[in-house]
Amino acid sequence: MAGLELLSDQGYRLDGRKATELRKVQARMGVFAQADGSAYLEQGNTKALAVVYGPHEIRGARSRALHDRAIINCQYSMATFSTAERKRRPHGDRKSTEMSLHLKQTFEAAVLTQLYPRSQIDIYVKILQSDGGNYSVCVNAATLAVIDAGIPMRDYVCACTVGFVDETSLADLCYAEESGGVSSLALSLLPRGGQIALVQMDARLHQDHLDTLIEAAMTACKGVSKVLDQVVRQHLQEGSTLRE
Amino acid sequence: MLKSKTFVKKTRAGGVMKIVREHYLRDDIWCGSEACRECKQESTVLQAEACIESNLCPYPHYVVPDTNVVLHQIDVLEDPVIRNVIILQTVLQEVRHRSAPVYKRLKDMIQAKEKLGNINNMEILFFYYFHLKADGLKVVLLTDDQGNKEKAEESIDEYVKNLTANPELVDRLALSKDDKAEIISSKVLFPEHLPLSKIQSGIKSGTFLQGTFKASRDNYLEATVFVQGEGEESTEVLIQGLQNLNRAVHQDVVAVQLLPRNQWVLPSSVVLQDDGAAKDDDVDGDEEEKAVISAAEAAGKPTGKIVGIIKRNWRPFCGMLNVSQIKESTRHLFTPADRRIPRIRIETRQASTLVGQRIMVAIDGWPKNSRYPNGHFVRSLGSAGEKGTEEAVLLLEHDVPHQAFSQNVLSFLPKMPWGITPEDMIKRQDLRHLTVCSVDPPGCTDIDDALHCRELENGNLEVGVHIADVSHFIRPGNALDKEAANRGTTVYLCGKRIDMVPELLSSNLCSLRSNVERLAFSCIWEMNHNAEILKTQFTKSVINSKASLTYAEAQMRIDDTNKKDDITESLRGLNKLAKILKRKRIENGALTLSSLEVRFHIDSETHDPIDLQTKELMETNSMVEEFMLLANISVAQKIYDEFPDCALLRKHPAPPPSNYDILLKAAKSKNVEIHTDSAKALADSLDVAKVDGFSYFNTLLRILATRCMMQAVYFCSGMDSDFHHYGLASPIYTHFTSPIRRYADIIVHRLLAVAIGADITYPDLMDKHKQSALCNNLNYRHKMSQYAQRASVAFHTQLFFKSRGILNEEGFVLFVRKNAIIVLIPKFGLEGTVFFDSKDKAGPSLVFDEEGPTLKVEQTTFHIFDKVKVTISLDDSNIQHQKIRMALTEPVIPGVSVAAPDVEPQAKKPKVDR
Repeated sequence: MAGLELLSDQGYRLDGRKATELRKVQARMGVFAQADGSAYLEQGNTKALAVVYGPHEIRGARSRALHDRAIINCQYSMATFSTAERKRRPHGDRKSTEMSLHLKQTFEAAVLTQLYPRSQIDIYVKILQSDGGNYSVCVNAATLAVIDAGIPMRDYVCACTVGFVDETSLADLCYAEESGGVSSLALSLLPRGGQIALVQMDARLHQDHLDTLIEAAMTACKGVSKVLDQVVRQHLQEGSTLRE
Repeated sequence: MLKSKTFVKKTRAGGVMKIVREHYLRDDIWCGSEACRECKQESTVLQAEACIESNLCPYPHYVVPDTNVVLHQIDVLEDPVIRNVIILQTVLQEVRHRSAPVYKRLKDMIQAKEKLGNINNMEILFFYYFHLKADGLKVVLLTDDQGNKEKAEESIDEYVKNLTANPELVDRLALSKDDKAEIISSKVLFPEHLPLSKIQSGIKSGTFLQGTFKASRDNYLEATVFVQGEGEESTEVLIQGLQNLNRAVHQDVVAVQLLPRNQWVLPSSVVLQDDGAAKDDDVDGDEEEKAVISAAEAAGKPTGKIVGIIKRNWRPFCGMLNVSQIKESTRHLFTPADRRIPRIRIETRQASTLVGQRIMVAIDGWPKNSRYPNGHFVRSLGSAGEKGTEEAVLLLEHDVPHQAFSQNVLSFLPKMPWGITPEDMIKRQDLRHLTVCSVDPPGCTDIDDALHCRELENGNLEVGVHIADVSHFIRPGNALDKEAANRGTTVYLCGKRIDMVPELLSSNLCSLRSNVERLAFSCIWEMNHNAEILKTQFTKSVINSKASLTYAEAQMRIDDTNKKDDITESLRGLNKLAKILKRKRIENGALTLSSLEVRFHIDSETHDPIDLQTKELMETNSMVEEFMLLANISVAQKIYDEFPDCALLRKHPAPPPSNYDILLKAAKSKNVEIHTDSAKALADSLDVAKVDGFSYFNTLLRILATRCMMQAVYFCSGMDSDFHHYGLASPIYTHFTSPIRRYADIIVHRLLAVAIGADITYPDLMDKHKQSALCNNLNYRHKMSQYAQRASVAFHTQLFFKSRGILNEEGFVLFVRKNAIIVLIPKFGLEGTVFFDSKDKAGPSLVFDEEGPTLKVEQTTFHIFDKVKVTISLDDSNIQHQKIRMALTEPVIPGVSVAAPDVEPQAKKPKVDR
């Protein structure tokens, strides 16, 4: 049996997209009233829920407080029903700790933490359904939640995974592509200034291809940012019409 | 439109998984019809006037085949008559999943002419139906499936049978189930094959063995199964008798059950040919069995019977048709050119036109109650005996890929006009100012090497070998690369070349022609006047060759003392160094072997051979060769140092001592001692081997020595530990210098480019298992191309002698066999067998002495190296296997030798027997 053909001769991917096309992104902000900020985001079949608390006083050990800025506390988790096989996923396993750390680094680069010295911002993200690109979906959902919470940021943080197949960069990988032996790279970007908040990659790729891949990732991120911007604007509009 | 696909899948471990996938249905794929006015397509592939003359569908229509039709009837679909086909994406996917070869053919076909649809089967039909109704076009679904047929349109059978203009297409239809049922008669001839699950459990438990089936060339009731054992161990199992052979065909992977030890037999030495043309198919089973049992003896080799087929390895076979005795019959037997393939029963209505033609036939199946497999006619290659036809046959039979390059492959060629861009220059050295020239055989258009030599200021010499930079044009992983990797090598036939890469590259952009700028991969040494290498440098470069010379022209320049120009000086320098290099190499024990190569002078109009000439070797031949060897060795060392695990190298194993027996015996008969302890000893003793008054003796001896050698092979350095090249006496060797005609060189170029940082790497290059798989293919292709070349030479020799009638020539005895001597004619480089026994009449008394080896025929004794005279004629009694026949004229042995033919010039060619 032949393996999956990730990119057909006609230039179509497994799910019918072309190389640079993103999956369908749908999002809603302010899904929970209890939290300070919340958002729900779907990118194809990957679905994530993000909740933000804060900025508030440091909970727990006071010694962790920083005198000149806020600390950001991130927690990533996956629902037991998020994958094809139901599986109990304890908190603090290696994979989710790593993901939490990546999220933390991403948002430390984007949130204006110096406005809130000696305080803490909590970002909780849960993957409800997983179909590739978990990190990027989390970042995108969390951005909306942070905006919903009214915490100032330099810019949207948009993330996207890209892969490299047959000398072509594929934007926004789904699970079948991610597991199909593609070297994938996740990148989060502050699109207006074009600054990169985080790049993460653990596959083998020749140095010469890296630039093209990052370029493709940045284009994809800018595409995501347009969608997020629309979501935010629509949310604000709805909010203001209600108040009127 | 977004759709979600949900399905359940069984995992390898046996668990069941639910899989959810998205599917984006596109709204930007247009129908591709010329007639359509709604779609915003840029180019159309489906014609507005889509008329195929047909009784069934007289209206203009497009054809939509379903998966099974594509899989089984690809031969029909490939015909240019069938146009305006819509291949659905789902069908393409399914075909890809089910059969790789059909998928490839389908893809090539799509490239050539057709249109891809998307979405689902039925939906697209409705879409096209309503979409095109206004334009007066219809779509026809081709299917064999009962359910689908009820729902919609036509079965391929009916469709093709009703194409009025093309009756011959009907024969290409593979047999569908109903047809197969017809042929089946009541008598069961063969035991049932076991199901795969039983075979697998049997192999696991050791009751069955798995192996490759190899039919015997001489006896159609006998075969061996080659069982690959653990490690080095492998055994051969003998299979005898129709029942035991049980429908296996040459090259199939089969499961064998060993018979009890008391039924083991020895291979019979009888030559049995299946002459079943006249016999009725299923009568003769019993007689054949008897014939086998009588031939068998008690206690012999492991013998077994075939219980099941694990994998069929059927390909289309070349051969000729035996027309059935009954005039109106549409079923005929087909005899493949390869004797190891059984006859195939095919159904055709054009038997009368196919007689005397070479045709191709594919096997469809072999039911257990049929004596012969059933097949269908694929295509005709032309009439037998004609040059084009025979060439096609020998290419097909040697599995040489020779189709024109597909559009897909050609799309990766550089766009013309091509020029060197500044980007190309970044990692290249500009060597355009150097006096580079190339030396090649006359008429060579794929020049892959050029040389230069100049004196440096410090008195040393700088020598450069510049090789065409093919890897610049063929990027890893694209269709062009894959095609080249598959072809493996360019095949040179007499008067024809089957290129490995498209013409544009082989004869133009990569060819280092004179006075044009070309990209090259250069290997530059600094040497002193004793040809000792002081410095080696590898670089990608740009060169501008100043002259492309032939060997003879270069030789003339060197010899002409009046010439003092740069090119000539450069050639002289090279020649001087080459002589030193050669001397050193021979001192190290490199072998100089000999084989006669012939060259045909071919008539420019009829393309028939008009003269034969053995190739001449000049000093310049060996000059070029020396530097190519040097470059290859330098590169081999470099890539091995850099990539000890995945360097592609070439080795030539030392032959086992027993291989030399024949050489030693032959030399001894002339009182000459040959030492074979090492290559050096062999080379030395060959050099001194001389017999007074027999100047040709040394050459003959070298020819014999060549026959003792092993094949040189490519291998991956990570998979083997023995690197030695016996013939060249070099510890390491590879191929670097002919990337236009050998794929191995392209890989070596890539490795070297990575090693010097001039190019980027890719995963497959560093994967030793993939490399090793590639090496296997390259070795196979090289072997096959050699066979094809020999076959081509043999065929041209036959053509040559056909026009000559009978000739009388002098030759030498090369080997002595039990019932024959093998004679070499130096004038033509031709070898032939003189038989002393014949089937029909009692032969002369023969006494064979294995020690000599000598053969005593009546009163005359033949030794190796004896000088004889023979007549040469063409034996075309069997039109599929024509051969050169030799008969003895001198020494005269009554009843054996024939009279010299000078007296009676052959007026008529011998009649064809059939």
